[in-house]
Parts: sequence; structure tokens; C-alpha cells
Amino acid sequence: MNSIRLRTLPQLLLALFLTFAGTQQAAAQQADAADVKKTGVVPGATDGATAATATAPAAAGGGGNGGGGADAGAIAAGDALFKNNCAQCHAVNEQVVGPALAGITKRRPVSWLLPWIKNSSKVVASGDEYAVAIFNKYNKQQMPSFALSDQEVNSILAWVTSQEGAPAAVTGGGVTDANKAAVDGQAAGGAEAGAGKYVDILLIVLVVVLIVLVVTLVIIGNLMKDVLRGRKDLDGRDVEILEQRFDWSKMYRSPVLRGIVGAVFAIVLLYAGVQSVMAVGLAQGYQPTQPIAFSHKLHAGEHQINCAYCHTSVYKSKSANIPSANICMNCHSQIKTESPEIKKIYRAIERKQPIQWVRIHNLPDLAYFNHSQHTQVAGLQCQTCHGPIQNMEVVYQYSALTMGWCINCHREMPVNAKDNKYYDNLVKLHNTKNAGAPFTVSSNGGTECSKCHY
Amino acid sequence: MKYWKGIEELENAPEFMQSAFAEFMPVKESYESKDATSAPRRDFLKLMGFGVAAATLASCETPVRKAIPYLNKPEEIDPSISNFYASTYFTGADYNAVLVKTREGRPIKLEGNPESPITNGGLSARAQAAVLSLYDGGRLQNFAIKAGNGHEKVEQAALDQAVRTKLAATTGRIAIVSPTIISPTTKKAIAEFAARYPNTTHVMYDSQSVTGLLQANNGIVPGYNFSRANIIVSLGADFLGTWISPVEYSRQYAMTRKISRDKRSMSRHYQFETAMSLTGSNADIRVPVKPSEMGAVAVALYNAVTGAGGASAYKNDKLTQAAKDLTANRGASLVVSGSNDPAVQALVAAINQALGNLGTTVDLTAPSNVRQGDDARMAALVNDMNNGSVGAVIFYNANPVYNHPLGQKVKSGIAKVPLTISLNDRLDETGMLCQYAAPDSHWLESWNDYEPKRGFLSLAQPVITPLFSTRQAQESLLRWAGNNTNYYKYLRASWRAITPSDSAWDKVVHDGVATGTALAAAPAMTAAALSPAAAVAQIARASKPAANAVELALYEKVGLGAAGCESNNPFLQELPDPVSKATWGNYVAVPRKMAIDNKWEQGDVIKVTANGYTIELPVLIQPGQTNGTVSIALGYGRTLAGKAGDKVGANAAPLAMATANGLQFSNVVTLEKTDATSPIAQTQTHHTIMDRKPVVQENTLVQYIKNPKEVTEYEKVATPDGLEKPNKVSLWQDYQYNNHHWGMAVDLNSCIGCGSCVIGCQTENNTAVVGKQEVINRREMHWMRIDRYYSSDHHKDEFETVGKVGTYAAMEDPSDNPQVIFQPMMCQQCNHAPCETVCPVLATTHSSEGLNQMTYNRCIGTRYCANNCPYKVRRFNWFSYYSNEKFETVNGHMFTDLGRMVLNPDVTVRARGVMEKCSFCVQRIQLGKLEAKKQKRRPMDGEIVSACAQSCPTEAIVFGDMRDPNSRISQLLRREDGERAFHALESINVQPNVTYLTKIRNAESEFFAKENA
Repeated sequence: MNSIRLRTLPQLLLALFLTFAGTQQAAAQQADAADVKKTGVVPGATDGATAATATAPAAAGGGGNGGGGADAGAIAAGDALFKNNCAQCHAVNEQVVGPALAGITKRRPVSWLLPWIKNSSKVVASGDEYAVAIFNKYNKQQMPSFALSDQEVNSILAWVTSQEGAPAAVTGGGVTDANKAAVDGQAAGGAEAGAGKYVDILLIVLVVVLIVLVVTLVIIGNLMKDVLRGRKDLDGRDVEILEQRFDWSKMYRSPVLRGIVGAVFAIVLLYAGVQSVMAVGLAQGYQPTQPIAFSHKLHAGEHQINCAYCHTSVYKSKSANIPSANICMNCHSQIKTESPEIKKIYRAIERKQPIQWVRIHNLPDLAYFNHSQHTQVAGLQCQTCHGPIQNMEVVYQYSALTMGWCINCHREMPVNAKDNKYYDNLVKLHNTKNAGAPFTVSSNGGTECSKCHY
Repeated sequence: MKYWKGIEELENAPEFMQSAFAEFMPVKESYESKDATSAPRRDFLKLMGFGVAAATLASCETPVRKAIPYLNKPEEIDPSISNFYASTYFTGADYNAVLVKTREGRPIKLEGNPESPITNGGLSARAQAAVLSLYDGGRLQNFAIKAGNGHEKVEQAALDQAVRTKLAATTGRIAIVSPTIISPTTKKAIAEFAARYPNTTHVMYDSQSVTGLLQANNGIVPGYNFSRANIIVSLGADFLGTWISPVEYSRQYAMTRKISRDKRSMSRHYQFETAMSLTGSNADIRVPVKPSEMGAVAVALYNAVTGAGGASAYKNDKLTQAAKDLTANRGASLVVSGSNDPAVQALVAAINQALGNLGTTVDLTAPSNVRQGDDARMAALVNDMNNGSVGAVIFYNANPVYNHPLGQKVKSGIAKVPLTISLNDRLDETGMLCQYAAPDSHWLESWNDYEPKRGFLSLAQPVITPLFSTRQAQESLLRWAGNNTNYYKYLRASWRAITPSDSAWDKVVHDGVATGTALAAAPAMTAAALSPAAAVAQIARASKPAANAVELALYEKVGLGAAGCESNNPFLQELPDPVSKATWGNYVAVPRKMAIDNKWEQGDVIKVTANGYTIELPVLIQPGQTNGTVSIALGYGRTLAGKAGDKVGANAAPLAMATANGLQFSNVVTLEKTDATSPIAQTQTHHTIMDRKPVVQENTLVQYIKNPKEVTEYEKVATPDGLEKPNKVSLWQDYQYNNHHWGMAVDLNSCIGCGSCVIGCQTENNTAVVGKQEVINRREMHWMRIDRYYSSDHHKDEFETVGKVGTYAAMEDPSDNPQVIFQPMMCQQCNHAPCETVCPVLATTHSSEGLNQMTYNRCIGTRYCANNCPYKVRRFNWFSYYSNEKFETVNGHMFTDLGRMVLNPDVTVRARGVMEKCSFCVQRIQLGKLEAKKQKRRPMDGEIVSACAQSCPTEAIVFGDMRDPNSRISQLLRREDGERAFHALESINVQPNVTYLTKIRNAESEFFAKENA
């Protein structure tokens, strides 16, 4: 019995090693797969990103201070106005560039606020004490003038009042606190997925257990050998077995083992080869250095500026539009004017030479992609394809942008047919024929060639 | 009835039979064939090795692309969203109100402006192609002064200074020569110039002159309304193709030709003409006459209608019939003439007056302004230039050295004028001779106003900043006159009277059109109108050429025009002539009899001599050409037009006759055969539809009135249950269309074959221009073509009754004056498409909206699909037309950054080795659907239209969603089902989504007696 155990020990070790290696490989693959799957849907990643379809948030009236009698319509209008005009510098419950706006109507009367919002420099110039004080307090940073009507200002104020005390991020255009963590989980590197982390820990524990086991076994084996050597009643055959040394060269010469190792090697090589060939022309993770160190993390993440504020045509046209320098100037004519990066923008404007950004997302010319179809009609979040853009200091290509990636999403994604009369009959027709199956993009012809190639 | 597409097919010439049914013609000499066949193996390996290495390297390193935003984004421009601006196209020929489609601030396509009461959203082929001329690299890109044999670049201010000094010192007459100008403000600017330099006269001439018509109507071109005419008689006026205002007239004409079971009447159209014109090929009754007979025809018609005027030498029962019809439709008929003989025009005016057409079809109160040229004034100027009494001459977009019949005298005259200035857009034949060149900006870069018809105004606004350092001609003239205002301000100021308020002005700029009058009356004609009696006398006096003399008729091409100003536009050079289907060059169109008598064959080069001037051109046998005559197109043979336009054909303008009565675009010529041959690039018999049951159908009005259900022949197939409709028997399962089902209907009755759709399709879909040799190789790339069939009343079936010899004799007869039918042919988007089943890589598939999709990036170029297509509408990219240097002259716009600006960014430029075809403008469908989805509604009918349907001036093409029961196409198909609606090649049951409507001819039954018997 002992002899059997002794003989199998090295083989057991080998088996353990192979198992371990296999599990590692599987885990790594799993992590990759999880990474690709993530590109599908990040539910509710950013609430504020839909400027055009902005509606009154659920928090209205729930913030404790109540709507103050302002009707829901005004609040809703105020929401959109706030995001388009004020959110770059103000938040309701925290200080951003300008002061937090919570309690603004209690601090100052509306009759003071109206001229202030429309033309703050005029109020400061008039020598108004409060105005001068606040101007000085915020580093003499002037608030730009806004051509808003009284009614519009009132609805902004109504909305601000409705948001008082609500979690800070609800006011923003970027990311809510609630899902910030979720998005953070998918940190910038990409390879580490949440699920992958647990597998790694499990594997480490397993390896430790195995090493302990092996060491224990070796110690037990040696102990037992010593015990046996001490015994005199062993016959010649037993001694032979006892003194037998494992012949490693036999293993080396074993055709079976050679075959297995060879096959594994060939398969691994083939797999790696196929992977690298498939990756030719793919630019996933492409993160070029840009001429200006613009940080999406700062603008979209921390300041929660609405994506559409800069990418003006993302809801209405094929291209999302890289912002022109004059959009930067909306804020940076006032803010951080001494920064060397901002100065690059000034220089571009002075020299009348547009900024040459490096294009990150390069679709081939033969594929037609339209942003507005996906943002305005389908209601997708920017992050669905562009990833955690609000955490990116430097933007990289998050998705594969291959045809398979497009098609997979079109196969799985249900059409956003809600309240859209275009789809009414189609949904009915679909449901009568395939009850239960979701009305996906592809079931509406979304995977046909000439939907994207013409 | 037998249809044939050309003489070769009628005669079953052996070469024709050999190639008739081949989709791809074997080509003896192809580009690069030398390299491919003779390159040694080692070179091949070297190339291959290098190629593989290059490809590997290229795939490793993705090129860094830049994304460059605006520095200061204009508010109205969003990248990838098209903006439309109303403007006006008028270059001295036909007027078109246009909408300019711009992307990121560059014009990419012109569309008709539906607000215009004149063109009503129609657009001519010439106007469609005009957007390409903006990016023409042949334009002069800066001001220049003559130095030696060439011109040297000069600053604008320096040129202004020099010109002003010289003008001030000029003694003697100063002349501004231009084609017809219909811009009130431009005329005001010229008047201001004339006020500063009092010896100035403005001389207008038209390359296709209508001086005779102007003279007969006291200096105006009457406004015609074809839509109110039941009987239309045209004496050589190609009013659907080139005469005065073809887009306007086509639309009016088509209104009288549209027919349905509720409106079973249509106009009858008689055409007396020499060459087979577009208008003649649409006529119900066409009579070939010699140019010298036209006077006699007018007299005969005048006699028959009024009973006055004495006997005429011309007798023809069809003319008698025409006169009978005219008198039966007093006040609802119209006689027009394209002759430039004041006597003929005087008689035509008298006939219209006698018929009571004034105020109904002929409107003298709203005359057309688009022709104002006075031949006598121009002739006098040419004389003055030669005798040295002209001190300065300014050519304003005029190229008389090339396009005036007295071009040689203009050339010698320019040498004698001390100061010569050219405002032309390039150093053309005239501009090259001038000392100063101050190029005018393109009309898409300019402000201007127009009054094409009295009471109807139109604006042009710049849609792009000038591409080159050019300046609007008006501004140049004003500057030289000492007025430094910018032309926009000048224009706005002169419009204060019409639109005092800025909001009204903004509306006019937005709409592009307005009502009101601003144009001063044109100066009186040099010669007064003739009385009918005097006209008859003058015609009787006119010397008649000998009976056996060959008469020449000069005509204008529908695409290119006579002035040659669009010569460098390859779209128009490659647009097939509507009738002859010839591209790239002019030719001598001869009747078949003359060709047989002289043993000429198509492509034989002959010398044509008149006025001591000789040109050499190939022969084209043209059915319908009057016996004893030949005709040649004007507008070819440029030498300084640019890469594409130079040395294409020969200039025929000097062959015209300059008489005391003005210019006559006809002459007696002598013809002489040479030994040379020069093939004519025709698309004519290239895409022969297999000789099965009729592809086109036609019938008579008589039959239609009797029973609309019997005008179309529907083919049945034999089944075990008896004869059935072909679609009852099918191998394939039918598609279910839940969402949309796109379809098109083409009314053969209102299609006039003008080719506007062909160019509209080409600009929309980035179709390549391939050049003459490739057209000869049958590799033209047009996605849609207009098939032209000649028809004859006879068929081989008559062998038994008439005998072979008799039948052949009878079959030959009608080709002297055949009937013509046009059929636009594009991908039929078959529901059971034969191309789809043979593609080995599924590059052509069926969509859930009924489209036959073509996926270029999947195509590997087996060409099985083209071979299996019964309609021959698929096109193969034999070359990289955008980078192969062989195509740089003809397709140059795809080679330079300048030219590429015209490409539609929504449509891929196809690479070599892939198949392409009509996509039903899927990019427009996708855009229309997206707009509807964004607004959360279904697309509205008429919102999504293909480029061809949109450009059609006669609305013959209807495009829409057949799933929408209220769409125009659904209603039309419901109404015409079983009456006029048919599919081409119905019996093969490919179930196309394109439906044709049978053509109905309104000819008296006696002309169709044989058919009905």
C-alpha cells in the first residue's frame, strides 16, 4: 500500500501542476470574457446625460424643502435650463466653481436674483454690498451674463429649490454617486473585472493549500521512509522499493507525456496566433496623447458637465461633434486662465489654427454609424459604448468597434419603442407572432447589410 | 410590333449578335494588360513579396488620424447635417430655381426649388451637374495680366488700377459682351459702369440665338403655357430639351400627357424637324423636314389655319391634319418654332394670333427674359472691332471666339482692340486673347438676382466662400466705375423697392423666389417685326438649295448646351444623348439612306465643309434624320476648357450661316469621306434586354378611351390549372414586409427622356465617370440609364403573308422616322431577385423593406450577379476610378481634395473589384426613417424620395412606401392595377418593386390602322 502511494507522489505533483495551470488559463479567459460582456449595458450609468429628454427627476419634492408651490412643468423646464446654462459652474448642494445654490431664495430675494443672474457684473459695478462680497469671495471670478427671461430664471430657481438637500450628484450632468461605485469597479485598466478578482483570491488560497499539502506529504513520506529504514524485517524486494529513486529521465522519454505537452503547446500557440491575427486592425484600448491634456474625469466626472454641452450634436446628428474652441471659451474665458493647457486654446484662437486632436474612434469608411440613432432614438447612455468616460484622464477606445461587437448588441438589445409612434404597429405585429420574445433591433431588420453599409 | 435599340440590332449584324447577349464585352486592349501578360515571373515574385511585406506593415501600424473641430463653430452648421439654401442657376441658357444641399459648408448637390412657380422643383440635367463645375480645377484661380503667350498672376488692386487708368484713357467705343443677362441688379451695375464711361454699350448674344423670335414679337420672348394646349405643333423647337426654358415647358407639357381612367384625354403633339430631337422623339406625330423647307411648312400651316397667304410648296397630309386639329382647338393650342428666321417666327406669331391663343397659351404680358441676344448688334460689334473703332471690350462670361459663328472674326477683332478684359471664369479661347483677366466667382459663391420671366424674381446667395481669389464680375465693373460698394450691399440697396423691410428680404433669401418686376425693358430690336404677308413674300424669295444638296442642321445637346460653358464638366460629357445615346463628343448624324448610298459605316470619319471651314467627325446613323440632311451638335471641340473638355469632338459653330436675317443654324454643306475611323462611345445597344415578351408597352389613346383595361398586355404562364399570372407559380417563398416596402412607379407617358434623373443619381451616389474608351468597352457606371427604343409596325411574323423580302422592306421603312419610347431602367429591386441566389458570398441580399441590398465590403467580384440579372443594371468596378491615373482627365474630381468636396459623404466611393448598382437611395431612406423616429412618428409620404424621383421635372417617377395605403405610390398602383401598371419582363416572375405605366400615344387611328387591324 505504501509503495503505491510512494510511486504516485511525483505524478500527483505533476497532475496538480497541470490542473493549476489549466485553472489559471480558464480564469484569465473568463476575465477577458467578462470584460467584453461589460461593453453591453451599464444600466443607468448616467442619469444626467440626456439633456434633450430631460424630465423632472424623481427627487422633485422629495428633498424635504418641497417644490414651494412651483408646478412640475416649471421644475422640469428649470432642470433643462440649469443643465444647459448653470451646471458647468454650480451645483445645488455643493460648491463647485461658484457657490452652492441650496437656499439661494432664502439668502437673497428673487428681485435681487433676477438682475444678478442676467448680468452679474452690472450688479457688482453698481456697488451692491452683497454682490461685491460674493465677487471677492470667489476670486473675482465673474459669472457670465445670461439672456434668460424672468420666467426661465424662476423655473431654474424652482428647480434648485426642489433639489435642496437631495444627494449632491443628482444635480449634475455626469455621474450619480449611486452608480459611481459601480462604474469605478470597472476601473480604467479594463482587464480586471469584479468577478475576476474573486477567482484570483480563490486560486491563491487553493495554491497555498496545495503547497501545504505537498510539503506535508513529502514530510510524511520521508518520515515513513526513515521509520522503514529503521526496521530490520524488510526483505530484499521491499528494500529495493524503499531505496528506489524516481527516474526523471523516464518521464522525459515518455511518449505519452511528450505528446500531451506537445499538443498543449501547439494548441496554446495556435490560440495565441489566432488571437493576435484577429486583433490586427483593432484599436481597443488605443489611448493616444492629445495635444491638450484635457481631462474628461475633471469635466464630466467631477464637474458633471453634461456630455451634450460640449458634444453639441450628439443628439441630433451622425457625428457627436468635437467641441470647437469657442465652446471651451464659454467657461475658460474666466476659469483657470493661467493654466498652460488652457493657454494652448488661447494660442489656437489667436493664430486662427484649429486644435488638431488625435482621433480615437476610427470606424472604417464603409460603415455608417449615426450617434443620434443611438442616443436620441434608442436612448442609450454614452458609457454603453465609450465606457467610464467620466473616469478617464485621457480617453481611450473602450469598445472593440468591430462588426461582431455591433451585431451582438443589435441582436440582444430590445428596441426602445416606448412612446414612439414609429414602432407602435411593429411592436404589435411582433408580439402577435412571437409572444414573449423581445422586440430586438435585429428583429426589426437591424442586422441587415444596408442598415450600415451603403 | 418590334422594338430595337439601334441599327445593328435591327439588321442583326453579326458582330452585334455575337455581343448582344454578353454582359461583359471581351476587351482587346485593356489598361495594364501589357504588364499583366508580359511581366516575368521573377518580377511577379518580387512584387508579391514586397506587397505582402507592405500589407503586413500597413496592418500593424494604424495611421494616426486627426479630428479637427471648428475654431469657432458657425451656429447653423452641425457636422454631418445637411443644410439647404435657395439659389438660382442661370448661365445664359435655361433658368432653374435650385436648393443647394451643403455639408459642413460645401455644396454637394443641387435640387429643384419647389417654391418656384416657374420650375416647380424640377431641375435640368445641366443644372444637376453644375455643382461639379464649382470645384473645377480648370477655373482661373487669380487675377492675371497677359505676358507673352500666357498670363501672369497679379494682385486685384494692381489690376484694378491698371484697368481704371486704361479705361479713362480709352477713346472710342467700350463694349461689354455677354450672353443674356436676366439679373436686374447686374444690369444696374453695367448701367453704372456705362454712366462712368459714356461710350459703353452692352451687347448680348445667345449661342443658340432666338433673334428671329424676339424680332417677330417686338423684342420679347412670349411666355408659353403648354399646359393649356390640347394641340401642340412645333416647327423644330426642341422645347423639352433645350429651347428657351425646357424645365418649365416639360412640366407644363407633362401635365397634358398624364392620363388616368378619370382623365382620359391628353394633348396631341406634332413635331416638324430635321434632326431627331428629344422633343421630336416624344411627339405623337413627327414629320422630318429639311431646314430649307421650314419656311414652306410655316407658310403651309399659316395657309391652312388662316386661309390667307397663298399657296405653299410644302404638302403633307400630317400637316393638313395638324391644321385641322389646331382650328378645332382655338384658344387651346400652341404653335412654336425653333427657327431663327424672322419670317418663320412672324408667321408662327400670326398663326397663334389667328387661333386665339394669345392670353391662353401665349402670354405676351409675362414674357420670358432668358433670351435677349440680338444677332445684328453682335455682328455690328464684330465689324467695329475689326475696323478699329472699338477702344475697349469686356467679355463677361462670354466666349465668342469659340461659340459665335463669327468666332474667327472676333479673334481678329480682339487683336485690334487696345484694351481687352475677360471676366470669364477661365482662360478660355476668348480669355486667353485678352490682356486682363479678372475671373468672376462661381454662381455658388456669389450674390445675384434674376428675373427669368416678367413678374417673377429669383435670388442667388453664396453657399461657400470663394474657393479661389476671384471676384464677382459685378463688383469688378462697379470698382472700375469708381464705386467700391460690395455687391451684396449694392444688391440689397437695389432691392429696397421690392422688399423694404429686412424681414421681407430675409424671406426672399430663404425662399429663393419672389414676385415683382425689376428688370428694365430690353432695348428694341435692330429690325422690326415682319407682317405675315411680308414674311410669306420673304420666304418665297429665299433662295432654295439644290434638291440634291446636303443640308446641315446645327443643334444643341440636352446635356452640354451650345455655349460650351459646361464643357469641362465630365458628368455632362458622359451623359448619353437622349436619342443617339452617344457620349464624349459630337458626330455627324446622317439618315440611313445617305449612309447606304455613300457606303458609310458608323464611325467612319467624314469631312464637313461650309463657309470655307472644315471639320472632321465620325458618322452616326440616326433613324429619324431627314433624308438629304445631316446634323451636328454645337458645344464640342473646345481647346481651352480644361482637362475633361478639351479636344472632345469638333466645333461646329463656324458652320452656321450668317445672313442678313441674322444667324441661321443650318447651312448647305459638302461631305467627303476620309479613310479614318473614330468609334463613337454609345451606350445604345450595350445593355440589351433579352428578346422575350415586351419590356416596354404602349398603346393608343383611342384604345385607352375605349377600355383602359385592355391597353396593357399581361403575360400568363401555363400551369396545370390553366393560364395563370406568373406570380401564382413560384419556387420561392414570398417576403413579409412589416415595416416599409419601398417601391417606385415610372409613368412612361410623362417620361420625356431628358436625363435629369441620370445626373441626379450620379451626383447623389458618387458614381464614377469612366471616359470615352471605357464607354466603348461598355463599362459605364451610371446606376440608372434611360433605355431608348425605336419602334416599327412590322415584324418577322409577316413573312408568311407578305413574304420575307416584303417584310424586310417594310421593316426598313419606319426606321426613317421611327417612333421612340423612353424607359428609365435602374435596379428593379426584385422580390425574387436572381442576383441574390447566385452570390457565393452573400454580398447581395434582401432587406426586410424590400430592398435588394448591395454590400460592397463583402463583394469579391465574381460578377455572377450581373450575369444573372435580367435587366442588366449591375455595374462592375473594373478600376480604381479615384486613383488610377488613366482616369484622371475624366474623373479628376475624385483625385484632388478640391474635387472630392463634391462627393456625398453618406455614400461610399466604391473600390476596384466590387459590383455596384442602384440602392433606391438607401441613404435617403435611412435618413428619412431616422428623422421620423426622432420625432416619434411614421415617415410622411413624400419625405423620403430617391434622387431620380426628386429631380424629375415631369414627376414621371414616383417613389414611396407601398406599405402605407395612403402614399402616392400605393394610390397610383391601386388605380393603375390591371390598366397601365406592368412590370418589365413580368413572365420571368422576379417580382420587381419597380412598376412601369404603359405609354399611351395620341395619334389618329389611321396612323395606327395596321396595329389595330
